[in-house]
Amino acid sequence: MTQETLKPQEKAALIELLYQMGDDDFILSFRGSEWLGLAPHIEEDVAFSSISQDMMGHANLYYRLLEDLGEGEADRIAHLRTPDQFRNAIILEEVNGPGTYLKEPEYDWAFAVVRNYFYAVHKQIRLDSLRHSSYEPLAEAARKIMTEQYYHLMHWEVWFKQLMTSTDEAIGRMNAAVEKVWRDFGGVLTLGPSYADIVKANFIDDEAVMKKRWTNKFEAVLKEVGAAYPGEPRMERGNGRNGVHTDDLKQALSTLSEVYATNPATGW
Amino acid sequence: MTVGVSFNQLSEEEKMQHFLDRINAGEKIEPDDWMPEDYRLQLIRLISMHGISEIMGALPEKEWVPKAPSLHRKLAIMAKVQDEMGHGQLLLRVAEDLMAPLGKTRHDIMEDLFSGKLKFHNVFHMDAPTWGDAGIIAWLVDGAAIISQSMMLDSSYGPYARALKRICAEEVFHAQHGESIILAMAEGSPEQRQMLQDALNRWWESLIMFFGPKSAKETGNSNADKNIMYKIRTKTNEDLRQEFFTKYIPRIWSLGLTIPDDTIRFDEETQMWIYKDADWSKFKQIVSGNGPQSQNRLDLRRRSYKNNEWVREALAAKKAI
Repeated sequence: MTQETLKPQEKAALIELLYQMGDDDFILSFRGSEWLGLAPHIEEDVAFSSISQDMMGHANLYYRLLEDLGEGEADRIAHLRTPDQFRNAIILEEVNGPGTYLKEPEYDWAFAVVRNYFYAVHKQIRLDSLRHSSYEPLAEAARKIMTEQYYHLMHWEVWFKQLMTSTDEAIGRMNAAVEKVWRDFGGVLTLGPSYADIVKANFIDDEAVMKKRWTNKFEAVLKEVGAAYPGEPRMERGNGRNGVHTDDLKQALSTLSEVYATNPATGW
Repeated sequence: MTVGVSFNQLSEEEKMQHFLDRINAGEKIEPDDWMPEDYRLQLIRLISMHGISEIMGALPEKEWVPKAPSLHRKLAIMAKVQDEMGHGQLLLRVAEDLMAPLGKTRHDIMEDLFSGKLKFHNVFHMDAPTWGDAGIIAWLVDGAAIISQSMMLDSSYGPYARALKRICAEEVFHAQHGESIILAMAEGSPEQRQMLQDALNRWWESLIMFFGPKSAKETGNSNADKNIMYKIRTKTNEDLRQEFFTKYIPRIWSLGLTIPDDTIRFDEETQMWIYKDADWSKFKQIVSGNGPQSQNRLDLRRRSYKNNEWVREALAAKKAI
């Protein structure tokens, strides 16, 4: 399928899917960029900032596809929507810890590793499926993103396994982070209310199939590091794909658009 | 050195002479080569200060990473701060090799930073309150850095010269990124032009200070002279500042911006720029950790070092599987 051959219902479903994936990357990239200068060592600062930059690039690719579908300029999409128009999963918008990125940040590295690793695994599954998407521009974008995603996944997997199997303190902190992320990670694994139309048009695999791939992977990984499998990932604070969000997203968006919103009409 | 005589059998004076002959002949000194203790200490001082400045230098721009006013600018500034962090890492590795025979590690570098013993560049102690500041930093601070680092591309210490080669190549992109921000604002709305002019006014004195005082007299410090003798550097602070003026003042003027120094002019007779010098007592205060943002930024580093202690311990521990 191309832009010209999409039927209206298909187009609406595709737009929903692109917002979900673009917003997931956009908001988690922002949370990653807040870590700059605060990572456990300088090598990690270099690696993590590179990953955040890649993810911002991925969000940009999805927003460009939306632009092509008549959703307005990518910059307006990124900077001028209200929180209820965002479709990212709630767990991805959550703050890194107490404090702000400029003042007294008490950020939790265990939470960063777990959230990013869980997300990277899902993103890989999603991209594997998108490579065969019926919408050719999306399949092409996925193939581009995958070349970078490969390294992100490897990076977070190394961190996860190493910290899950080292000191008692690290294991304790990591398990607490797993428990915390698990409570809301179901929100990443859903395609939201337009699920049926998205799948029917073959834009991406069925969410149940992709979810199963994710849970299978984590049953194995958690077993490997000697941790218990906590059961079905939950969605306790609501579904971001429906536009339900927390104040953390509001705060993130006001930072992200602070300068642009002063004058969206001018060149910056 | 005569072939067949072991280098270790030479006297200290002969070793020193051999060393000076080598650097005067343009040879590069490598980490395992013999070097005078003073040369080693000068390098450690210079390179660890340079490395830690790159790392602290990411912090003023960090504020503007999420706030950058378009997706394109967000991507560009993310790439830039990542480069700066990478430069810091590269330079600390060079410094670590030099420190190893003294039994010191990166941990000592970080501790010296926290205690204030290891200083970082004056510009990174300053406020960066608007997007205009992000533009000025990338354009003029990075521009100044290119000038001062380019002179050391032929440094007598091989690993430093090689690191600088890569760093300077990337800094050129940063300055272009900065110039592009500046051009967009200079051609933009009256508010944008004012924001830019305000940022230039804020940064001008810091840029004068960037190259250091004119001579040893002002600071009682002769590190620059010593580094010229060792061929670590080739130009004086004032040479570099004049080069900066020659390159950037015409560009600043051509954008219709005003330099906040009404005495500044090019003197045809001496072929030098006449300008109002910086307040060097203020400079001393700033680099001693009393600049407007010194303690806030150090606090970010200290806090993360402490919060991540458990991670360093976990990495050092033996793997259980």
